[in-house]
Amino acid sequence: MHPLFRNKRWFAAYLALWLVLAAALAALLHLPGALEWHETMALAGPLCLFFAFVCLTPWYMCRQLPLWSAGIAEMLSYHLGAAVLATALWVALARVVASALALGVRLDPEIPHLIAVGLLLYLLSVALHYMALAAEESRQAVLYAREAELRALKAQINPHFLFNCLNSIAALTTSDPGRAREMCIRLADFLRSTLGLGERASVAWHEELDLAQAYLDVEQVRFGSRLQVQVQVDEACADCLVPPLVLQPLIENAVKHGIATLVDGGIIQVHSRVQDGLLEVSVENGFDPESPSPRRNGLGLRNVRTRLERRFGPSARLDAGAHENRFRAEFTVPCRRME
Amino acid sequence: MSLPASLRAVIVDDEELARQLLREYLWEAGGVEVVGECGDGFDAVKAIGELKPDLVFLDVQMPKLDGFEVLELIEPSTGPPPSVIFVTAYDQYAMRAFEANAVDYLLKPFRLDRFKKALDRARERMRARLGETKAAPEMTPSDLAAAARPPGHAVERIVVRDGSKVHIIPIAKLDYVEAQDDYAALHSERKSYLKQQTIATLETQLDPRRFVRIHRSYIVNLERIARIEPYAKDSRVAVLRDGTQLPVSRSGYAKLKELLGENA
Repeated sequence: MHPLFRNKRWFAAYLALWLVLAAALAALLHLPGALEWHETMALAGPLCLFFAFVCLTPWYMCRQLPLWSAGIAEMLSYHLGAAVLATALWVALARVVASALALGVRLDPEIPHLIAVGLLLYLLSVALHYMALAAEESRQAVLYAREAELRALKAQINPHFLFNCLNSIAALTTSDPGRAREMCIRLADFLRSTLGLGERASVAWHEELDLAQAYLDVEQVRFGSRLQVQVQVDEACADCLVPPLVLQPLIENAVKHGIATLVDGGIIQVHSRVQDGLLEVSVENGFDPESPSPRRNGLGLRNVRTRLERRFGPSARLDAGAHENRFRAEFTVPCRRME
Repeated sequence: MSLPASLRAVIVDDEELARQLLREYLWEAGGVEVVGECGDGFDAVKAIGELKPDLVFLDVQMPKLDGFEVLELIEPSTGPPPSVIFVTAYDQYAMRAFEANAVDYLLKPFRLDRFKKALDRARERMRARLGETKAAPEMTPSDLAAAARPPGHAVERIVVRDGSKVHIIPIAKLDYVEAQDDYAALHSERKSYLKQQTIATLETQLDPRRFVRIHRSYIVNLERIARIEPYAKDSRVAVLRDGTQLPVSRSGYAKLKELLGENA
């Protein structure tokens, strides 16, 4: 159903607009002088009421033939065909009303005007419908993007990560209260730094690094000496702007699918630098290809890729893959800084 | 017969802190002696085989083998299988755990009370088992663990135990399976591995689009079939790429025709 029918006030406003158009049409028909005012008004009234509904039909066709997906020729032929049909009906209705009013041949000189006005009104309606649809689409796109972002951020904080942390704390409370407290504080630091990230479009790279470090500090307690981290960061990257939570998921993968599969643990290497205006980041870790791994569905990676692409377009690149028993994820994005 | 005063337990978890918590709870609960601790699946299979504990605390996600694979590899032949209590942060394995006949399923972190309840259930289970006549056949742990696979979820690898060694056969390297009484001989890269599992349960675990039961005693990897030849009246053989010939029953041939098309 056409969206105008769903809102009474909009529909009333639309009919009021057609009342104005009817008056204009009556004036146009009166201009040559062959027809009296009351005759042109009696003619224009029903004609415009009829066309008010006919001009809503392009909505269905515009949705079937979206602007950029359908071919130009196909689009034009469909809409012109519909315009001709609508105008033919509109002229036929004019003749019926004219015969009812006994206007006889006095209507004939007005027929070309009626055809021109009918075609114009119909095609104008097509154009307006396309505009309305485009506006609606862009509003939806913004909505989807926001929703995807929020969903991504929510998914980042894995509840099992929390449960495992709490279990470690439970274990430490009796054996090593000091470390238990330390773990609580580290966990709080990490959680606090993720708070409010959803509202921020960008964070500086050094904040992103801090967040990842806070995450690693927590995991360090759980994995002990099994987890080793090497971070090598070029100072020049510090203020590059990125969407929040693009590094932490890569680090979390390195822990979950890498370190956790190794009996004796391993090293996670994080590198980042700026080269030719591009921020280059890599996360590398060892893993055991023979170990069962909690579902490798690549959701975290896919999330990061989508968000980088949405922000930087085709200039963003993310590659990830395993070579023998090392896994490497790297991304490159333009380094934009705060103005 | 009654239960021994002290139960012998093995703790399997890759996180030292998680093992420590279990040790502490066991000490507080009393009546259980920790005879072994393992940080990965291989170690667990070995320790359980050698120490024959009454009770195993088993994590699910670990290096080498996951908890269910460990369960599958516990040797069933000697004595009753140990009572298994799963200990994990993930709740989605609970159904599978109970289908694999686990005594209890503890979600990390848990209270001492809850832990004691799990121990009580384990003792109860063992007592009930002592009262039973030995004749009642139980499903083997491997069949139980296999049955606990989520339906419609084909395995990606098969684990086989060979003495103290564990072989991991990725599904892509499995050529065919041959039934040998209660065992299944898994043929992969010109080697054969014997697994105590019936061919029927194995069939349900394998991806039906890649593996076909062509005969009462044979499952074959479709990609390995070179051609099908007539053998005698009403019977055929499947010739594999390496020359191996496997009998094809009439119903097996019907399945093959359906999967490979008429030119089979």
